[in-house]
Amino acid sequence: MPKIEVNETRCKGCQLCTKACPKQCIEISDTFSTTGYYPAKLAKQDCCIGCGMCFQVCPDIAITVFR
Amino acid sequence: MNAITKRPSSLTQAQFHYCPGCGHSVVHRLVAEVIDELNIKDRAVVVAPVGCAVFADKYFDVDSIQGPHGRGPAIATGIKRAKPESIVFSYQGDGDLASIGMAEIVHAAARGENITVIFINNTIYGMTGGQMAPTTLVGQVATTAPKGRNEKLQGNPINVSEMLAQLKSAKYIERVSSDSAPNIIKAKKAIKKAFQNQLDGVGFSFVEVLSICPTNWGVTPLKGLEFLREKMIAQYPLGVFKDLTVANKEGK
Repeated sequence: MPKIEVNETRCKGCQLCTKACPKQCIEISDTFSTTGYYPAKLAKQDCCIGCGMCFQVCPDIAITVFR
Repeated sequence: MNAITKRPSSLTQAQFHYCPGCGHSVVHRLVAEVIDELNIKDRAVVVAPVGCAVFADKYFDVDSIQGPHGRGPAIATGIKRAKPESIVFSYQGDGDLASIGMAEIVHAAARGENITVIFINNTIYGMTGGQMAPTTLVGQVATTAPKGRNEKLQGNPINVSEMLAQLKSAKYIERVSSDSAPNIIKAKKAIKKAFQNQLDGVGFSFVEVLSICPTNWGVTPLKGLEFLREKMIAQYPLGVFKDLTVANKEGK
């Protein structure tokens, strides 16, 4: 299954990826990252289709898409 | 399972200092990907502006010069004329390019310099704290226009792309947006064309990218995207304003 990995030290929790995801797979964590933001996370299993939309909109290149 | 996305090699590993959601970072990635794809990393030169992107040299892993406020196109002109083999691009915001640097960009375009200019339009001064820029929309609140820009007092915003397209020597002028994944992909195509034009000796190429500035607009990044789509694109329509690429390739 395709998946994404979020680099929590780069993510600033802007939430752009949560809206860009056509399947709404991405949510914001409820715990702080070491940099003091609420990072994004892949919230649902077997949801990601590996389209890469989140990578396109991510300002901080925090997302890596695997397919 | 393989990674299908990666950080472009023309970017350093430095963490962007930009605010959450800022459009600058997206455009940095697009420019770096284009430099990678055209294989021009060893001869690319970035002219960093004054503004939020003043540290562009920290992020682009290419040669760089940081120019005085608004003078990017003049510096790019000098580099390109002295070292024609280099691929020079000036990366500027709207406070830099459309305000104090207006003369430099107009005359660089009028001279038809073979350079590439990336213009980030977020309708406000970012680094200095949200003052009104020449591109601020009528009615938009800024720290120097607390009741919103008043048409009678401060006039109307300047549409830089439309203005430069009037100049005979400007060869390629396009306005794109960074609000959604499809538009970001289109923006990359425009940026790539602007760099390819320089390689082909076409002449002055200019890409304006509409971007959000959530911090100085006082909204969340997602609300900022709504503002961009509803208000900014009404004032700054997307599209190609001039394209004389084919007629001006070297050797034709």
